[in-house]
Amino acid sequence: MSHATPLRALLGHATRTAALLAVLALPLEAQELFVRARLLHTLAGPKVADGIVHVRDGKIAKVGHRSQIAIPSGARVLDAAEVTPGLIDAHSVVGLAGWLNVPHDQDQVERSTPMQPELRAIDAFHSREPLVGWVRSLGVTTLHTGHAPLALLSGQTMIVKTRGRTAEEDSLRELAMIAGCLGDDARGEGGKGPGTRAKRVALLRQELLGAQAYLAAREKDPAKPRELKKEALALLLRRERPLLLTAHRANDILNALRLAQEFSLELVLDGASEIAQVLPQVRAAGCGVILHPTMMRHRGETESASMETAALLHREGLRFALQSGYESYVPKTRVVLWEAAMAAAYGLPREAALAAITSDAARLLRIEARVGSLEVGKDADLVLFDGDPFETTSHVIGVVIDGELVSDEVR
Amino acid sequence: MLLFPRPLGAALLVLFAPLASAQERPIAWLGAHLIPVSTPEIPDGAIVFHRGRIAALGARGAVAIPADAEVRELGGRVVMPGLVCTHSHIGGAAGADESSPIQPDVRVADAIDVRSSGFPKARAGGLTLVNVMPGSGHLLSGQTIYLKLRRGRTLEELLVRDENGRAMGGIKMANGTNSRGAPPFPGTRAKSAALVREEFVRAQEYRAKLDAAAAGNGEAPARDLRLEALVEVLRGQRVVHHHTHRHDDILTVLRLAQEFGFRVVLHHVSDGALAAREIAAAKAPCSLIVIDSPGGKQEALGMRLDTGAVLEQHGVLVAFHTDDGITDSRWFLRSAALGARGGMTRAGALKSATLAGAEMLDLGARTGSLEIGKDADFCVLSGDPLSVYSRVLETWVEGQKVFDLADPEDRLYAVGGPGASQGETYVSCCEGVSR
Repeated sequence: MSHATPLRALLGHATRTAALLAVLALPLEAQELFVRARLLHTLAGPKVADGIVHVRDGKIAKVGHRSQIAIPSGARVLDAAEVTPGLIDAHSVVGLAGWLNVPHDQDQVERSTPMQPELRAIDAFHSREPLVGWVRSLGVTTLHTGHAPLALLSGQTMIVKTRGRTAEEDSLRELAMIAGCLGDDARGEGGKGPGTRAKRVALLRQELLGAQAYLAAREKDPAKPRELKKEALALLLRRERPLLLTAHRANDILNALRLAQEFSLELVLDGASEIAQVLPQVRAAGCGVILHPTMMRHRGETESASMETAALLHREGLRFALQSGYESYVPKTRVVLWEAAMAAAYGLPREAALAAITSDAARLLRIEARVGSLEVGKDADLVLFDGDPFETTSHVIGVVIDGELVSDEVR
Repeated sequence: MLLFPRPLGAALLVLFAPLASAQERPIAWLGAHLIPVSTPEIPDGAIVFHRGRIAALGARGAVAIPADAEVRELGGRVVMPGLVCTHSHIGGAAGADESSPIQPDVRVADAIDVRSSGFPKARAGGLTLVNVMPGSGHLLSGQTIYLKLRRGRTLEELLVRDENGRAMGGIKMANGTNSRGAPPFPGTRAKSAALVREEFVRAQEYRAKLDAAAAGNGEAPARDLRLEALVEVLRGQRVVHHHTHRHDDILTVLRLAQEFGFRVVLHHVSDGALAAREIAAAKAPCSLIVIDSPGGKQEALGMRLDTGAVLEQHGVLVAFHTDDGITDSRWFLRSAALGARGGMTRAGALKSATLAGAEMLDLGARTGSLEIGKDADFCVLSGDPLSVYSRVLETWVEGQKVFDLADPEDRLYAVGGPGASQGETYVSCCEGVSR
């Protein structure tokens, strides 16, 4: 029989933990791990009672009921009440925005001009930012992070694991989307940016038309000098990357849909407080939705937000994921686990709430081949809980990324 | 100093005391899971309240039900004391302005819009008593006000009066970084403490003149609204509610409190676990904020989920607060649940959202627990108060239902949607990067 040790008991013994960490320090090839759960949320079919995930070389080798998977004698085993796939935060600014909230750790927006789609997230992502560690310790293994919804086109986003190595090593996609914002946060001051809604859309159209002209000119004359801004916009025009557009008010949402249609852009709608008022239009557009954090403050442009919007989107069959969003003060980041929990408390079925931060988020971000569910061949990203993942009083007791136990804090 | 002159206060007392007597008929709830907080939980309990006060409670069958009572079967729903928030900014409350860092004469009561959606939302969260405070952008930003969340259209209908008819409230102070700034605001921590000390020394002198005049030695000094409020603080009639995060800032508060003998409740207390021994020795109650991640400003880098647990283990009286709009009153119970996640006992976590807060507001004898003779302030929940899945179904203040999830208008405030937050203003002293 294997020497299975409940992780929590193990955590209480510093020496044994040290031994465990020593094992973990071995080269990846040597790593084999069995994670046992009284309840396994695979997000690829029904939940498995008394399930086991067999991890080898950073990937999932087997998933099944304990009767289907033999644990060799001496194998390393982690036990938990419930296990889920590593959580995916479908939209964050963590790593660009830091916890100090002073200028030197705030790289989520650059305000010299209102449209800077050429700004790359990977050039600003701070993988060792304490907030990256904080969300990791609460189960977030993958972040879609980048420039904040604080400018008309604030820059690019990236998808990155939260392992805390280098941005390159942890990156799943260096350029995921180009982020923009149609709401008041994109309002420019002192004539530096758009002062009204109509002006915001006008500027975006002009910029996209300019990129179209640039593409045509480059086609005619490949020697024409490169323009990084226009190259970034070309990614949108060629539908190689989606435009992530934050819009809360119903009229801003419609503006986003109109713009996407005019330029044949792939749109991912972000925030969308008032989506309930324009559901038919959003459905017709077929765009993905990254819904605002459930506990986002309801004021100003978000004053019509409802705790039940996630449940509504689920009922209506729209593609959506949940996010931690952007925060300017305290908390400097929300935790997507808790945002999903609150959505579940307000009518979103628990399985759907979990999917909104795992499998559905992965599909929306197009990383489902790698993460988002516990299936053979996928990255071994797992979260171990001592109870119902959504219960406020439960704890994350272990986080595994690429087969490595990256957090053993009881949090 | 009274918020309202005593005769007027007495008149108001008569005017609004009928709220309690309005509940002429006793109400009896049977089959409730009672969480009295001050005594063990009663799984199949009965509670009777009449004229706004709790008349009886106990196991079903052990409680005599008055013949004329309106009887209702609760079917296992949870009944617990109405929640108490010791630190809230609902109603768009703004206190002191930018003219100086210490403004004890400013009353937040003069700046509260009780018709703002913050009030029905707080009721939707199960809150029945709140301490509405001015912000933390000053060393002393004004007088706070304790409000019962009765369904009132004016502030006067919500006031909580002591036995002398005085509208109860504390005073808000802050140290650390929020209250710093360009002159006349202090530029450093030491300067912050120096300015506070100077002001309290003046208040001591003013009190001495008042005392002398009362003893027949000399004339009473000219009225000084600033010093009058501070004298109330020195006399223990007004509790200092003190914003403080970093462990050294916490110790500075304790030092000043000891020096001038004022009663203090520490608020936020991010580094509380680092100063637990000193806080316990000073017998200073702590009202904690729980935010979902540490930081956002440098003095809150130490925020931990186990601060409540560490303080509880040290014997400190621990409450949580919403700091609404920092966290939303509607999910205040989640703060207590996060306290439990961090290691607080279940009893401690439940007390931290109810009785502990009431005690910090000097109202522990009137509300905060289910006890005979206390105000009939309740929230009715669909399930366990520490479970994320539980919903506040009803809120009652002094025997009157003030929130009902089954009522469409109340429901709008509970879950949000168009109209739920219209025109809600939030005054933040310090949001943003710079201050």
